[in-house]
Amino acid sequence: MTYTAAVLLGVAGALAVDLLVLRTRLVTRGVFWATYPMILIFQLLANGVLTGRHIVIYDPGAIIGWRIAYAPVEDLLFGFAMVLVTLSIWVRLGR
Amino acid sequence: MRHFAYLFVLAGCLGAALWLEPVRHVGVFRRWRRLLRTVLPVVTIFALWDVAAIAAGHWRFDPAQTTGVVLPGGLPLDEVLFFIVVPVCAILGFEAVRSVLRWPAGDE
Repeated sequence: MTYTAAVLLGVAGALAVDLLVLRTRLVTRGVFWATYPMILIFQLLANGVLTGRHIVIYDPGAIIGWRIAYAPVEDLLFGFAMVLVTLSIWVRLGR
Repeated sequence: MRHFAYLFVLAGCLGAALWLEPVRHVGVFRRWRRLLRTVLPVVTIFALWDVAAIAAGHWRFDPAQTTGVVLPGGLPLDEVLFFIVVPVCAILGFEAVRSVLRWPAGDE
């Protein structure tokens, strides 16, 4: 499996956690989409350094090849999945 | 110093978010049990993904720019710290946005 396929599965899994498993439905809430762009800016910065300075090196055969601020587009989806799962668990535990 | 390149990135993330706790009074670290119970499963899930991705050859790490402490599965300590730092920063940001907008998140 490529990183591209794995990360699409990861996003699907994160959406399933939010909508079906923990039922926090964060992706339907304004507060999540108000937070996410700010996290995304810092993710692009951190990812840009990690990838641009070749601290993390990707196999060109595992990614689709589209890059944003040096980082493979897959990393944006990886970050989205991680942030969504994190905030879903956090909100669920607060109920 | 090059060995700390990855850790400097993580320090930058913390620097961007940690001030929210004392200045915006978001109370994330005050709720440390909930924070721990959130971060533990996230670290576990994404560390396992990382180990699988390393095994599949999706990515690798520059030994000169990471601490050199490598856990089983070829997982650098730097990556484990990433999976702790990023969720903590995300929660701090989320709680700060909530405290300003006062929009519902579902745990009120």
